[in-house]
Amino acid sequence: METVSELFRTLNTTYGFDLSIFYDSYDADLFTRGMYFTALLSAASVFGSLFLGVIGAYLQFNGGVVARKFVSAYIQVFRNTPPLIQLYFFFFSLGPSLTSATGMSEPILSNVAWAIVSLTLYAGAFNIEVFRSGVEAVPAATIEAADSLGLSKRQTFLQIILPLAFRISLPGLNNNLVNLIKTTTNAYAIAVPELLYGASQVWSDKLNALEMMIVLLIVYTAVIGLFTWMMGCIERNLAVPGWGRA
Amino acid sequence: MKKSFTFLVALAILTIGGYAHAQSVVLDRIKKAGTIRVGVKTDFPPFGFLNPAGQVIGLEPDMAQDVAKRLGVKLELVPVQSSNRIEFLQQGRIDLMIATLGVNDQRRKVLGYIEPFYYAGGTSLLVRKDAGIKRWEDIKGRDICATQGASYNRLTTQKYGPNLVAFPGNTEALNALLTGSCIGFLQDSTLHASMLSMDASKWAAFETPLPVEDFQPWGIAVALDELGTAYGDQMRQIVTEWHRSGYLLSMEKQWALKPSEFLKDMQARAIKAR
Repeated sequence: METVSELFRTLNTTYGFDLSIFYDSYDADLFTRGMYFTALLSAASVFGSLFLGVIGAYLQFNGGVVARKFVSAYIQVFRNTPPLIQLYFFFFSLGPSLTSATGMSEPILSNVAWAIVSLTLYAGAFNIEVFRSGVEAVPAATIEAADSLGLSKRQTFLQIILPLAFRISLPGLNNNLVNLIKTTTNAYAIAVPELLYGASQVWSDKLNALEMMIVLLIVYTAVIGLFTWMMGCIERNLAVPGWGRA
Repeated sequence: MKKSFTFLVALAILTIGGYAHAQSVVLDRIKKAGTIRVGVKTDFPPFGFLNPAGQVIGLEPDMAQDVAKRLGVKLELVPVQSSNRIEFLQQGRIDLMIATLGVNDQRRKVLGYIEPFYYAGGTSLLVRKDAGIKRWEDIKGRDICATQGASYNRLTTQKYGPNLVAFPGNTEALNALLTGSCIGFLQDSTLHASMLSMDASKWAAFETPLPVEDFQPWGIAVALDELGTAYGDQMRQIVTEWHRSGYLLSMEKQWALKPSEFLKDMQARAIKAR
């Protein structure tokens, strides 16, 4: 490990290419913490938004008029506003209002928690629409067959429609989730110590913005490449034989 | 005959030009465009901030105006933040930076400081009165808001181990401080002093109990290549003249800053050096 750090130190002194995260322990800590928080934000908001997507799709399919209108309003609000503004609203506006309403001395949610809430709600709106397209693609004949077999609407949704809709909407879902992972960098604006924040701390101290930008681009390309490969594996494993390209 | 004569004249001009100080690309651009672009802060009262009409005012915009007047060009103020000011200067988006820039060796390698320096500041902490912070060591493990890009962030974190929560600009950090996301705000002592004096009721629950640390001079900066050129020379002359004539001292008084020993020292030195 010493030789690796020595190599990068020499790279800096001889060629002026400063990758300080490899030889400076303070910068390395900042960067590792950044990777941890990016992973945390991504995982939490991916699962949260998937859950919201399923609930929303079900309510649109089987809910009453009120539920459908509520889901529709939710989608309008969170799809039509920029994610950074949503984040600022939650952290700087809604958070303090709730804190003073409940009379607590400390904020009810930390900035990491608000970031997860905001990202989940943002991506949930997109996921509901993606699942809706999957639900609508299930042939009416199949649904009628399920109905004639005596399955209730809820059973139909959980056992017939959702599995098929999920497989159909996987490509669109993949797109949304990749977008979500990249949107986690917005949390830098409310000082969540994720990758972009860690990198910016390093480059404002070491003045190596170019090198850190290159590192960030490579890291994000690798992370998202890994994610899409994983989703591709899931897609292949879940494919219904004879449906689509399987 | 005509050809060789023109050639000789051209050669003569080039050699004579070479005796004068190195040609300045930036100065040529400024003179040709008739405007100088100066990077200033917009969230750091009283050095650079916004008035209710949304215009940038402050001690540093005034200094920029004086520079433009002396060069005989128009002034264009470009808002910068601690996190991007150095990059803006390196990329040539601004010709001059007057943005509360502290001096350190790391920065000397990438930009050209104009000496003499024009001001000096130190690290200070604005903290809630009920947080019980009596010494610098007490901030260990506590949440402290800061601004991204400040040179003392790393130093303070390594010395005292707080949990630093750094925001892109002063406004976000102050908002977070007021809404309780952190107990204190790490910034320059002049900013805290001006905040407390400009808006005493808003900051009634806060105080600055700790001694000011790591006193650091502030410098005007130009691009590193311009340091040895006519442009750099002219800037150096301007700053020396400011100290000598007491312009900076009068600016300090005008913007209600606490009178500093630094400026008085610098004026004495400038007068003696004449």
